Amino acid sequence: MSDLRELYQEVILDHNKSPRNCRVLDEPDARHAEGYNPLCGDRLTVYVGTDGDVLRDVSFTGEGCAISQASASLMTEALKGLTRAEIEKLKDAFIKLVTTGETTNVDLGKLRVLGGVHDFPMRVKCATLAWHTLNAALNNDRNTATTE
Amino acid sequence: MTQTRTFDPTQVRADFPILATNVWCKPLVYLDNAATAQKPEAVLQAIDRYYREQNSNVHRGVHFLSAQATREYEGARERIAAYFGAERDEMIFTSGATASINLVAQAFVRPRVGPGDEILITGMEHHSNIVPWQLVCEQTGASLRAIGLTDSGELEEFTFAANTKFVALVHTSNALGTVNPVASICARARERGIPTLIDGAQAVPHGRVDVRELGCDFFAFSGHKAFGPTGIGGLVGRSTVLKDMGPWQGGGEMIRLVTLEKSEYAAPPARFEAGTPNIAGAVGLGAAIDYLDALDLDAAAAHERDLLAYATDAVKAIEGVRVIGEAAHKAGVLSFVMEGAHPHDIGTILDQEGVAIRTGHHCAQPVMARYRVPATARASFAFYNTREDADALAAGLHRVRELFN
Ligand SMILES: Cc1ncc(COP(=O)(O)O)c(C=O)c1O
Repeated sequence: MSDLRELYQEVILDHNKSPRNCRVLDEPDARHAEGYNPLCGDRLTVYVGTDGDVLRDVSFTGEGCAISQASASLMTEALKGLTRAEIEKLKDAFIKLVTTGETTNVDLGKLRVLGGVHDFPMRVKCATLAWHTLNAALNNDRNTATTE
Repeated sequence: MTQTRTFDPTQVRADFPILATNVWCKPLVYLDNAATAQKPEAVLQAIDRYYREQNSNVHRGVHFLSAQATREYEGARERIAAYFGAERDEMIFTSGATASINLVAQAFVRPRVGPGDEILITGMEHHSNIVPWQLVCEQTGASLRAIGLTDSGELEEFTFAANTKFVALVHTSNALGTVNPVASICARARERGIPTLIDGAQAVPHGRVDVRELGCDFFAFSGHKAFGPTGIGGLVGRSTVLKDMGPWQGGGEMIRLVTLEKSEYAAPPARFEAGTPNIAGAVGLGAAIDYLDALDLDAAAAHERDLLAYATDAVKAIEGVRVIGEAAHKAGVLSFVMEGAHPHDIGTILDQEGVAIRTGHHCAQPVMARYRVPATARASFAFYNTREDADALAAGLHRVRELFN
């Protein structure tokens, strides 16, 4: 049972119940991308508003399991105001954490609470969906990002 | 064949070695039978013995082992056909229900339909009874129509059109558990001269099926859902229909004579079994059917009905649960959603308790769309499940409630 508490930490349950930045980004030059996890049917849309190299605002809409909702919510909180290079660094460190459980010298802050996911291989894609979708939005990729 | 035994779920459990395993240090509670059923010792032994003592290719050698393998393979065919109330030559081995449906779509329906014709299915089909028909429609210009579903998960009125040329429908729904009145639908189709296919993948594990009583022209099923191995299944076809049906795939086994110009095809069922078949699979499926045949299937079905009602009550008693699919006549499947907890989270939490269920769309996305849910959690039962299994499911769901209150 301790494993389950590792996975479903309070922060995750809280972000699932009250996701932050869960809205359409309603500004003229906002970009968005859709993400889909065919295995569980989770769907996300991630919206980004940029000022040159800086991510000024980021939000998401969609439905999915607690892990994917919380991951999207936490991601939006963590990334506002960062540059593309900083986002890239966080993304790599985060994906490493949830797939292998390994930490790096990059400070993931609150995102660390998703570390328990690596013990649940079937759920890793739930945690990474938002990040793949963010990537597509930043790159203006019109294809649906999938976890496959 | 063995004698019919009186049915006792705890006794039959002992026939299935995997049911005694532990998951995460807890006894396995296997409630994912609609995805695939577990295999009794008799099936495991039949496959093992085949490879150890009889392995050879079929229909090809004059030597001792080839004769043995052929006898085993054809013997399985004969017993399986008899179990379904069909003739030996009406039982075609395929890799499973999906292959059986594709075979009928390409070899029977495709040459017989064109623009203006309609293929009729229902809104509760598995993707494997939707996509093959969409392909035929793309290839021929025919159109596809689906009978709608009521809020409780039953078929709306089954209406034929003047241009309906083929009917394909599911016997027992894997997503809702609904058992459809297939015999009466087939009878009405037959009055209109419309051939029928029944997708029996979920029907075979829950009771005896007699294709003559169903009155269908084709009956598709999968071995692995009926306690047999994966990669084997069958298509039972009416001999008068098979006789006029051309081949689907070409190769060895399915021919009578080949010249470089032209080939003559073998008679059914060989005409539809190109290439070296899954011999060990057929032997294993034969053993699974023997196993079913020796059970008191009526008593097993009564036990399953009781269990499904018990589990449904237990699950519905949990706050926030909505059951998807409450048809009057159901078998084996309890699909549900829980407010505030996504099916995937439910699946992970139950797994930690040793309880295996399936979560997702169950290869029935139109059903999910109809009931406006992205996915469901599905517990599916076999005759070896017990009330203790249902209790473990309910206890696990209470745990979900605690976490996701
Ligand atoms: C109702 C139904 N039809 C067809 C199939 C396809 O069976 P298979 O994948 O074994 O070919 C399934 C399997 O889930 C099913 O439940």
